Amino acid sequence: MSLAGEQPKRAFRLSMLVYDSRYRAYTIQVLFIAALAVLIGWLVNNAAENLARLGITPDFSFLWNRAGYDISMKLIHYTNDSTHGRAALVGLINTLFVSALGCVTATILGVVAGVLRLSKNWVIARLMTVYIEVVRNVPLLLWLLVIYAVFTSVTPSPSEFRGTHPKAEMWFWGSTAITNRYVALPSPEFFRSLGNVDLGIFKVSLDLLALIAVIVAGVLVQRALRRRATRIQEATGRRPATWWAPILCILVPVVALLMLLGFHLDDPRIRGFNFSGGILAPNSIFALWFGLSVYTATYIAEIVRAGILAVSKGQTEAAHALGLRPRRTMSLVVLPQALRVIVPPLISQFLNLTKNSTLAFAVAYPDLGATLGGITLNQSGRALECILLMMVTYLAISLLISAVMNAYNRAVRLKER
Amino acid sequence: MKTTVMLAAVAAAGLAASVASAGTLDDVKARGVLNCGVNTGLVGFGAPDANGHWSGFDVAICRAVAAAVLNDPNKVKFVPTTGETRFTALSSGEIDMLARNSTWTFKRENDLKLTFVGVNYYDGQGFMVRKDLGVNSAKELDGATICVQTGTTTELNLADYFKSNNMKYTPISIKTDAEGKQQFLAGACDAYTTDASGLAALRATFEKPADYVILPEIISKEPLGPVVRQGDDQWASIVRWTLFALIEAEEKGVTSKNLDEMAKGTNDPEINRLLGSSDNLGSMIGLDKEWAKRAIAAGGNYGEIFEANIGASTPIGLARGLNAQWNKGGLMYAIPFH
Repeated sequence: MSLAGEQPKRAFRLSMLVYDSRYRAYTIQVLFIAALAVLIGWLVNNAAENLARLGITPDFSFLWNRAGYDISMKLIHYTNDSTHGRAALVGLINTLFVSALGCVTATILGVVAGVLRLSKNWVIARLMTVYIEVVRNVPLLLWLLVIYAVFTSVTPSPSEFRGTHPKAEMWFWGSTAITNRYVALPSPEFFRSLGNVDLGIFKVSLDLLALIAVIVAGVLVQRALRRRATRIQEATGRRPATWWAPILCILVPVVALLMLLGFHLDDPRIRGFNFSGGILAPNSIFALWFGLSVYTATYIAEIVRAGILAVSKGQTEAAHALGLRPRRTMSLVVLPQALRVIVPPLISQFLNLTKNSTLAFAVAYPDLGATLGGITLNQSGRALECILLMMVTYLAISLLISAVMNAYNRAVRLKER
Repeated sequence: MKTTVMLAAVAAAGLAASVASAGTLDDVKARGVLNCGVNTGLVGFGAPDANGHWSGFDVAICRAVAAAVLNDPNKVKFVPTTGETRFTALSSGEIDMLARNSTWTFKRENDLKLTFVGVNYYDGQGFMVRKDLGVNSAKELDGATICVQTGTTTELNLADYFKSNNMKYTPISIKTDAEGKQQFLAGACDAYTTDASGLAALRATFEKPADYVILPEIISKEPLGPVVRQGDDQWASIVRWTLFALIEAEEKGVTSKNLDEMAKGTNDPEINRLLGSSDNLGSMIGLDKEWAKRAIAAGGNYGEIFEANIGASTPIGLARGLNAQWNKGGLMYAIPFH
């Protein structure tokens, strides 16, 4: 009688760490980690010692010193009397602003281009192929430089809008001027403004908050109406008309609120060297936004195409057999299934776009790299601290985008029951 | 704080490897080459020609130091640095000295642990505009868009000037002179601001320099000079006194042409001490007797260097102004060689 369980238990011997394949794997891993730790420790120690010898010790107190420089685009209040920390915040907000705009437009452009590349229309499909292959195979930096150069050399300078017979004309009934420095847009103003609420770091316009509240409330009411319509449809088979819901729930209250607040547009006017009044949006943001969107859209297009192709052809054919038209087949059958393939690589594209926004320096857009990593770094001379802060910030932004998108992915992925 | 040290150190891993030891003179001698940080390309001050040969007003200082220390003005490795990288390059030991129109300020010297050994050019910040803009004074620039190079004291002076004159402006922060030139010529900014010498150098590269004017206002003091790391006083002395030797040579009329003649001995004891025909000043800074003679032979005295690179006869066309000798109405004043 010899059973497996009766095998003599051999005592653990040290040599088994090398000769026994069960333990050898652990030995190798432990040794590898130890070697890695030693290497990192050596690098860190070496750098720390050398820095200490040069008298450079990390010190972040410069963030509370007066910055002393101006920034061309700021979404929150900032003057040259503000601190370096606030200048960094202005840069961070600019980075987030252009990244958010870029992610939205890149997704829209990318989905459209990806779907159209699969179009049965030969011309459209080939046009999309050319767009994707040309744009994504040239470095983004070059695109940005080209776009910015075109922006500044094709458009007229503000001085050409001056005088009684200006050389250049304003657009949209004299409300908008496209110049080689900025686009001068009319700014929304309110005669009976509700004022601002100060949140300590920045101020929020109560007018804007009221507008958002009205729109959100309108959307919620409209949804409730739709749900009711669906319930009635399911009960009686007849769907009551709901076309008036968006008009009554959103449009009318918004218009009413704007009239109540005395909404009007303040047109920019040329005064001296530049336009004043209105909103002056620097060309750098358009160049950067456009460049990032168009470039990243090509990658998203390929991801979308792959996702659509990953959906078995049988699904499309089944949908057609049920009498669904091609557009509804795409939106109801193909895209929902394609999303589970599309979303994970889409996350990396959003991360790429955000990180690529550091190329802002090419077009003089004041992003985080230009304020904290550029001017502040130079004025304070605290290179290590500034670079370190930037790395931590970008890491945090990326992890945040990743977390949000992963949550979204869990929501849309195929739920198998 | 310890963890921040560690993280910072990891970020600077590249920096870790090549930090020079305290004896810069020994390092340079052992290496046989002087690593000198210069501008990435500012005509007249430091720029390579088509064959990669560097020349310019700042470059001449590097060559003079190399001649004094290594006995050969060509044993210099020129390391182009941007406004942002220059001081890091110096404190990390990548370069032995920096001669790149850098302004001497309190913070740079004491916060960044650097030593400015002297002033080789007294500069000030000015503005350049298109002539047809019709602007005659910087005071008329209210509301203008101004191109400014980032990473310089220029930005701070600009902000201060407009603030104290109660004027508004929009800055366009550009990275390099080349980019600034393109923006300025395309009309993306009304005015370009940097040190007046830099404006003159930039204007010299324009297709039609006559279409642009440099406004009369000088809004800041910009003493530009060579920089070394703190902590090596001997090396600082070598660079400092090489600069003084060039200035002293001009004051005493020692030029590259009469140098050999003068070195044989003159009636002026100061010239004799300078050129090593009497005393041995060089040994006190770790060099030999003829160190200053070689430094002057490299590119001439201070005045010759000025005229050859940025003077009135060059396209840059700068007048001596503040940079004339002290006895000719300027500020150039060499400390006595006693």
